[in-house]
Amino acid sequence: MFDDKKTPLLRVRNLKMHFPIYRGLMKKQVGAVKAVDGISFDIFEGETLGLVGESGCGKSTAGRCVLRLYEVTDGSIELDGQNIAELSGKELRAKRPEMQMIFQDPQASLNPRMTVGSIISEPLVEHRKMTKVERSARVDELMDAVGLARRYADRYPHEFSGGQRQRIGIARALALNPKFIVCDEPIAALDVSIQAQVVNLLEDLQEKYGLTYLFISHDLSMVRHLASRVAVMYLGKLVELGPSETLYTAAQHPYTQALLSAVPHPDPAKAGNINRIILEGDVPSPSNPPQGCNFCTRCPRAIDICHQDEPEWRQIGEDHFAACHLIE
Amino acid sequence: MLNYTLRRLMFTIPTLLLISFIIFLILDLAPNDPTGNLPLTIPPEVREKIRASLGLDAPMFVRYLLWCNQFFINEPLNMLYEGFNWCIGDCENRLRVTSWSTRSPVVDLIIERLPQTLWVIGMSYVVGILIAVPIGVISAYKQYSWFDQAGTFVSMIGFSVPTFFTGVLLIVVFSVMIPNDSWFWLPSIYDTTHVVTGLDSAGEWHFSTLWSNLSFQFRQMLMPVMVLALYNAAQISRFMRASMLDNLSQDYVRTARAKGLKEKTVLLVHVLRNSMIPVVTVIALGVPQIFGGAIITEQIFKVNGLGQLLIVGIQGADIPLVQTLTFLFAVLIVIFNLIADVLYGLLDPRIRYE
Repeated sequence: MFDDKKTPLLRVRNLKMHFPIYRGLMKKQVGAVKAVDGISFDIFEGETLGLVGESGCGKSTAGRCVLRLYEVTDGSIELDGQNIAELSGKELRAKRPEMQMIFQDPQASLNPRMTVGSIISEPLVEHRKMTKVERSARVDELMDAVGLARRYADRYPHEFSGGQRQRIGIARALALNPKFIVCDEPIAALDVSIQAQVVNLLEDLQEKYGLTYLFISHDLSMVRHLASRVAVMYLGKLVELGPSETLYTAAQHPYTQALLSAVPHPDPAKAGNINRIILEGDVPSPSNPPQGCNFCTRCPRAIDICHQDEPEWRQIGEDHFAACHLIE
Repeated sequence: MLNYTLRRLMFTIPTLLLISFIIFLILDLAPNDPTGNLPLTIPPEVREKIRASLGLDAPMFVRYLLWCNQFFINEPLNMLYEGFNWCIGDCENRLRVTSWSTRSPVVDLIIERLPQTLWVIGMSYVVGILIAVPIGVISAYKQYSWFDQAGTFVSMIGFSVPTFFTGVLLIVVFSVMIPNDSWFWLPSIYDTTHVVTGLDSAGEWHFSTLWSNLSFQFRQMLMPVMVLALYNAAQISRFMRASMLDNLSQDYVRTARAKGLKEKTVLLVHVLRNSMIPVVTVIALGVPQIFGGAIITEQIFKVNGLGQLLIVGIQGADIPLVQTLTFLFAVLIVIFNLIADVLYGLLDPRIRYE
């Protein structure tokens, strides 16, 4: 199944995140939003796993669960063989330096009342025994690494542009030398020209520090460029996972095919020739997913069994997994 | 920021002049008469003479300008003379703003009454804030918990039940129903003449004398302070809770948690500091009310502070007193509005005043 020499840095098994819904006078639990409903994947050291899917499919929730920013409902998340899902508060805090996150909204994710220098150095105060001089040296080093001028350390986040703020967020995430970083749509809030800069920066840093990324995005072309393997998510579940090239050229799951056919083509002359698969209807509510396959209500190729049995998550090629009844 | 403050201060001058004129107009239109409380046996001609001696026969505009002269020129000059012994002009026979009923300069009356008001009402404000901030923080952090529900209930009571009810209720419970030899008994009348000192009647210093004086002062302040503190805390805790809730759901709080900070640091350093910005301005805007004295509460507990002075002045149609006192409240309100704005700019780096 896997190459024996490679051991995964992160091993996620059957991860579930259900948010309870309370209704009525006595606040009785009447159901749950199944934002993430049993996903399993591995991430190997030094690689980038892209996680794609449409809005509301649970990709950000999955990313936050992996770092246990939420209390997960079920499943295990092993980072370096230690199950994060079961760590207590103190052990979890001690583990935090190894795993960090880059957030989507660079403005909102930085405390408006703290200077850039104190935002970057705060994790150092908490987790490292460093003198003030060492700390400020480390802040300078990090600001150099992400391409921010050192003299900006005394400024406040609102004084920067979106791209610069995202660099601050990256510097902050790097402060404790993490092994693993979840990038939660880090480029979604940026201009296209700035997106390229930030993505290149992420790539450079990966090479320099040997980082492992979980890259969450809805930008399929960016993920193709950045990720070595890609996972596709739909309504809280993984539908397909495979090496980037395989997935983009020979997608097996009907949802992945539909998603890829929606990528705009840069050449208008060729753009007309693309055979777009238009999905009908809306995404079902994650609090009330359909019986059988989650995708059966919108799948253009759905057959009877899709409405009855949930498809199994299985290997369909080298490093290639999918969950669909149609794939033999 | 300094330029902004100075410019705002400059603008307050015409504002305050206009306010003083409007107050004067309203007081002049009010159908009251300084001779109204005098015995009915005094004939109308004599009443007219009394009114003339008070300067009431002059036209309203002349009286306004005379008040302006007394308040804006004579009073500051008199302060310089009494404070630093700097004599400018005729400092012995300067005409100050004088209360009609007491014949004493109004400013002296205010200075006499100020300590009681600041002690009792100011203390209630401080106590109110000290109660409100933790309640607001915990209520927001544990939203919809039993603590939050209880806090909401108590705030609702503090908001909706007027101080003249809670004040009288406390008097009935702690001064009337509880026997006055009990440890829980509290005096219902605030004794202004009480001095906190360690000297006994023989002039010797004893710690026990100091202690009993202190504890008496504490007991007589307890009821008025708690009545007003409940009211203030009810308001401020709601602001605190709303502001905390606003900030708790912000992304930077998640960032702080992802940094691996202790929950205490996340809450007290990140969330609380950001949440205090609007609350501090609300607190600053409420400070003029302290000086205004809680008129009703002072009346109930017989605290002879500024609020009580104002009531007596209004009842006796003591126009110079009421005019001066009301104008000083207006000054405080304008100044503390400015202070609130400046504080906002100092606390929130995103705000720039140009």
